[in-house]
Amino acid sequence: MTAPETTAAPTPSPAPTAAALALGDDALVLSHRLGEWAGHAPVLEEEVALANIALDLLGQARLLLSMAGDEDDLAYLREERAFRNLQLVEQENGDFAHTIVRQLYFSTYQHLLYAELAAGAGPFAPLAAKAVKEVAYHRDHAEQWALRLGDGTAESHERTRRASEALWRFTGEMFQPVEGVDVDWKGMEAAWLASVGEVLRRATLTVPEGPRTGAWAAGAGRQGLHTESFGRMLAEMQHLHRSHPGASW
Amino acid sequence: MATAAAHQTVSTQTYGAQGAAGDTAAYESAFDAAVAADERIEPRDWMPDAYRATLVRQIAQHAHSEIIGMQPEANWITRAPSLRRKAILMAKVQDEAGHGLYLYSAAETLGTGRDELLDKLHSGRQKYSSIFNYPTLTWADVGAIGWLVDGAAITNQVPLCRCSYGPYARAMVRICKEESFHQRQGYELLLALSKGTAEQHAMAQDAVDRWWWPSLMMFGPPDDESAHSAQSMAWKIKRHSNDELRQRFVDICVPQAESLGLTLPDPDLRWDEERGHHDFGPIDWTEFREVLKGNGPCNEQRITQRWRAHEEGAWVREAAAAYAAKHTETGATRA
Repeated sequence: MTAPETTAAPTPSPAPTAAALALGDDALVLSHRLGEWAGHAPVLEEEVALANIALDLLGQARLLLSMAGDEDDLAYLREERAFRNLQLVEQENGDFAHTIVRQLYFSTYQHLLYAELAAGAGPFAPLAAKAVKEVAYHRDHAEQWALRLGDGTAESHERTRRASEALWRFTGEMFQPVEGVDVDWKGMEAAWLASVGEVLRRATLTVPEGPRTGAWAAGAGRQGLHTESFGRMLAEMQHLHRSHPGASW
Repeated sequence: MATAAAHQTVSTQTYGAQGAAGDTAAYESAFDAAVAADERIEPRDWMPDAYRATLVRQIAQHAHSEIIGMQPEANWITRAPSLRRKAILMAKVQDEAGHGLYLYSAAETLGTGRDELLDKLHSGRQKYSSIFNYPTLTWADVGAIGWLVDGAAITNQVPLCRCSYGPYARAMVRICKEESFHQRQGYELLLALSKGTAEQHAMAQDAVDRWWWPSLMMFGPPDDESAHSAQSMAWKIKRHSNDELRQRFVDICVPQAESLGLTLPDPDLRWDEERGHHDFGPIDWTEFREVLKGNGPCNEQRITQRWRAHEEGAWVREAAAAYAAKHTETGATRA
């Protein structure tokens, strides 16, 4: 006797907590960094654009963290080592070129990831289907600026070159598989390298040569190891909430 | 109707033969008639130089207030105590940048570009609302700004939706809708604090204590001391006097403060049956004039931050211009 084949539709699996935290923390932390630009952007149009991206990411973060628990408890009451975001997104804003390159690297990744999740049937599909449209705009915005800065003046070229190299070592971490996120990580990495390489080339820049993976690359954010400035960022973000335990806002 | 026709005729003539004194008189009377008939003056219409200058000054000051006003609130984005509040605050500060954009565009229709106006702001030749020279010391200040500062701004701005200059009036329609959302979020934020813990309630009361009087000053000096008021009223740029709007604002706030469970810091505040309005205590105009002169707690800080963001962003704007020039040339060569 063989066991009868089950014909019942599989019940959708609940969102895996670790995966919701990883994706949610990426969005939360990058949104926070972009929020630091408010009142400091180089041109008024970018005040609007950077805030818009920050708001989209914050919206995604709230949905994702809510899949893992209470959004505010998770954002405000975890210690640094419990955050699962990529080290890339916690990097300080630096100059506008640094912020744009960080966004180019991340939005290209996030767009590929969400497109794949949206096409699947997993627990993140509905969220990814909505977010992928927002992220397409973030990616386009970053690409357009990377072109203008890379192929603008000698100064903007130099600043963008420096940023592209400084942040390169954080990009390998994006493609370390996250448990519960069912995508083709290798395929995504190849698509990312091709796309970012093409943008850099059109921006008259070269693809950095430093390591993206291995012992001398950065990136263990998914394991809860972060960089120095992240602790200060959290101190600022969490201070008020933690000063009034149990209060509602 | 007759005035509308005359007005339009004149505006088409503006681009024809210019200059004769007789023509100017005709333009002027058509302009006056259009204003009297509550018609809108549009960018291509003839208008007196002083009317144009008054509008540029007022719209620029308004635009500058929007972008300087981002600073005291942005001060709390990174510390907002819940993700919901953080999203609301970010959206609000973003709206203010958007308002700056509409308003600089409205000024541009009068022939004055954004760069020129920003230069005047940075060099202190143009002003912004003095209210933003006060610091935001606690989270409750975000609520007090929404409730009182945006509330006062709306009281001032709703009549501007009927301003005689078309582009300004239309920008104000959109701005007022967003401002009323801002005012409600401020009220709601304060209500949550007022009904929260004892510390939160005290934080809300302290913020209202600090922001109340400066908010009343936002309506400008008393009518008999206001330099530009009479002419602006005649041109229908302005529709109500400073004191009239201030009284309207006080009357709106008193019952709202009661619902909030917060006290307005004025021992003389009481309902006057005869006038049908609330009486309120004397405003410290010395403080107003000192802050206006540059001696407020944050004048230096606000302008320095604005100027620094502009200076530090120069290379970005240069890069965008260089890129555009290169790629336009390439396009032209190919064509």
